[in-house]
Amino acid sequence: MDFTLTAEEEAFRDEVRAFLAEQLAPGVDKADPGFLAGWHRAVREKRWVGFSWPREVGGGGGSLMEQAILKEEMAKARAPSLGSCFMGLAWVGPALIAYGTEEQKQKFIPDILDGKYQWCTGYSEPDYGSDLGSLQCRAVREGDEYVVTGQKIWTSIAMWSKWIILLVRTSLHEDDKHKGITCLLVEMDSPGIDVRPIRNMGGGAMFAEVFFDGVRVPVENRLGEEGQGWRVTITALAHERSGIAEVESLLRGLEGLKALAAETGRAEEPAVRQRIARVETRIQAMRLNGLRALTRQIRGEPLGSETSVNKLTRANLEVEMGDFALELQGAAGPLVAGAEPVADGGRWQRMALGWPEVVIGGGTPNIQKNIIAERILGLPKD
Amino acid sequence: MNFGFTEEQELLRAEVRKWLDENCPMDEVRAVSEAEDGEGFSRDHWKAIAELGWLGLVVPEEHGGAGLGQVDLVVLLEETGRSLFPSPLLSHTVAAGALLTVAGDAQRTRWLPALADGSAIGTLAVQEEPAAPGPDGVRLEGVADGDDVILRGQKRFVPHAAAADLFVAPFRGGDGLALACVPADAPGVRAEDWPGMDLTKRLGRVSFDGVRLPADAVAPLDEASLQRILDLGTTALTAEMVGAAEGAVALTAEFAKQRIQFGSPIGRYQGVKHPLAEMHVDVESFKSLVYYAAWCLDESPDEAPRYVSMAKALASEAFARIGIDAVQLHGAVGYTWEFDAHLYLKRSKWARPMFGDSEFHYERVARLGGL
Repeated sequence: MDFTLTAEEEAFRDEVRAFLAEQLAPGVDKADPGFLAGWHRAVREKRWVGFSWPREVGGGGGSLMEQAILKEEMAKARAPSLGSCFMGLAWVGPALIAYGTEEQKQKFIPDILDGKYQWCTGYSEPDYGSDLGSLQCRAVREGDEYVVTGQKIWTSIAMWSKWIILLVRTSLHEDDKHKGITCLLVEMDSPGIDVRPIRNMGGGAMFAEVFFDGVRVPVENRLGEEGQGWRVTITALAHERSGIAEVESLLRGLEGLKALAAETGRAEEPAVRQRIARVETRIQAMRLNGLRALTRQIRGEPLGSETSVNKLTRANLEVEMGDFALELQGAAGPLVAGAEPVADGGRWQRMALGWPEVVIGGGTPNIQKNIIAERILGLPKD
Repeated sequence: MNFGFTEEQELLRAEVRKWLDENCPMDEVRAVSEAEDGEGFSRDHWKAIAELGWLGLVVPEEHGGAGLGQVDLVVLLEETGRSLFPSPLLSHTVAAGALLTVAGDAQRTRWLPALADGSAIGTLAVQEEPAAPGPDGVRLEGVADGDDVILRGQKRFVPHAAAADLFVAPFRGGDGLALACVPADAPGVRAEDWPGMDLTKRLGRVSFDGVRLPADAVAPLDEASLQRILDLGTTALTAEMVGAAEGAVALTAEFAKQRIQFGSPIGRYQGVKHPLAEMHVDVESFKSLVYYAAWCLDESPDEAPRYVSMAKALASEAFARIGIDAVQLHGAVGYTWEFDAHLYLKRSKWARPMFGDSEFHYERVARLGGL
């Protein structure tokens, strides 16, 4: 065990810190579009967008450890995200790098890195959420095109996206339902696509239903082979898995909780102190689990259960922290932003009504528990 | 950055595992710990593990030990915990750690080689009241008499008190705290074990009735050093808790694969599967904290107190729940003496209050975190 950085890693960290100090001078408005455009250009020039992607596709060719350092420093400095095309950077790009044709790489990757437009992700369907492998949205080959008919749901930012990475069924296989799944890249303004935003319990609308009615997709927009879609989407991508950015965000939440306990005059109550210490303890456990996972990745060992463990821990913390902050505010808890007694501009109320985005999105806690019990503990499948 | 074990550490783990599997499987654990008039451990095991070097793992080579660090100790204790190995090894090692923290040459030379080769069994006699030990709880009194010190009072909740040859005991003297090395055969020392739930762990009482100690049996002690000694003990204990908790999860998962109800292994049902997954999540979480706390004790002492307390707080809370769930998920057989589930439940009850329970350590985390 050794938690020190090498000389090269320290030099890299110092470079990141110097860059952030220069870009994020005090007083700068991080929401200003002009600032954000300049920020994005500067980060691109550093090749820190797509930091771990190969240099030949325009990425940074960075190591896993450097990537963790970069993310940690960025999160600590509360920097805007590295790149503005979240899903493009998180999984469309890596899937393109692994399975895309030369033409596809040239067509899409530079735009993802430049953040020219948004991608959304068409996986879940009304009847197939946790049981994604049984999806039914159908694509039938007609000459040089696929004709797509069906429905997707919980598609985040569908209404603001130019492209969708879509999983469709191209054939049925009794023995293995995953075999008939194919991955298509579809332009959102194609005729036959209808997007209907869904209002969430917080009152906003981040996700939508997406309907496909005979939508024609050129075959050259298929990612991977026909029937290979499942593998395309679950391919173990060489992106860094420490979860350090999430941990830093939770640590900021913890500082907020401590401040709130002090402001509400409750920081001396043993029950309050213990609950906060419990939150702190589990965030630190998450941070250290992440470092164990990162160590395995660096050593080229197969991942253990650390990332599933962290996903569950994070889910619990997201729910608990928002809820606890409301309790601390007493009768002001159930009020929302705009009401005079509400603390911190209604941040905690947003958290208390917004956690499903991270808790349900990407697999419910119960599905994570199934995964741990079956893959790690070896219990029989449901 | 490297949050993993070295090849040497993995080798140590494999050797410890092998010895325990061959020499102390569960029926031997039961035979040793359940023996009428037994000491709660086997003297043959003690000799064997002394020869293997386990007793002097963290004792410097100049005193006959292996000179290894706290992370190596975690590896050893995780495995003995997994086997519920009945042995004074833990308290013995903590006693050696206390001597290494504050003892002068005289006490080191007198005791460390004997602790390393197992010819003396040591134990840390720090606690007096049921609540968590700390500087304020030290009431054992030491009065100067010429160059000697006369000890009066008692220590309670002392691990393996009856078997110990050496009590490493903090006391309060004229100049404040100090640490005494008291041989069990010194006139005025009386030790007994109490009956307890966990037969693999003994706790007892030592009384010091005017025990006369020469000056060189006493080392100076301050609150920070005592806290450090307690942190070393806490971390060693949590390492055993990692192994024991993993043992409980493994035993219960295996049972869930074998036990058929409604035509299917019960491990297929989410009512069984999900609690088992939660048990796993809890162990993985406090395990990382234990590893990091151990590393801090050697390499980053300023950070150590926070992480030691986080580790013990979560370990106490999680292992207690795991002990109960292990029994419950076994159904009625979990309630029997014959099945092993209760052994883990009892270990969790033993470990929870030792060196402070969750409430105690969460409060310390809160304080150290600026609340």
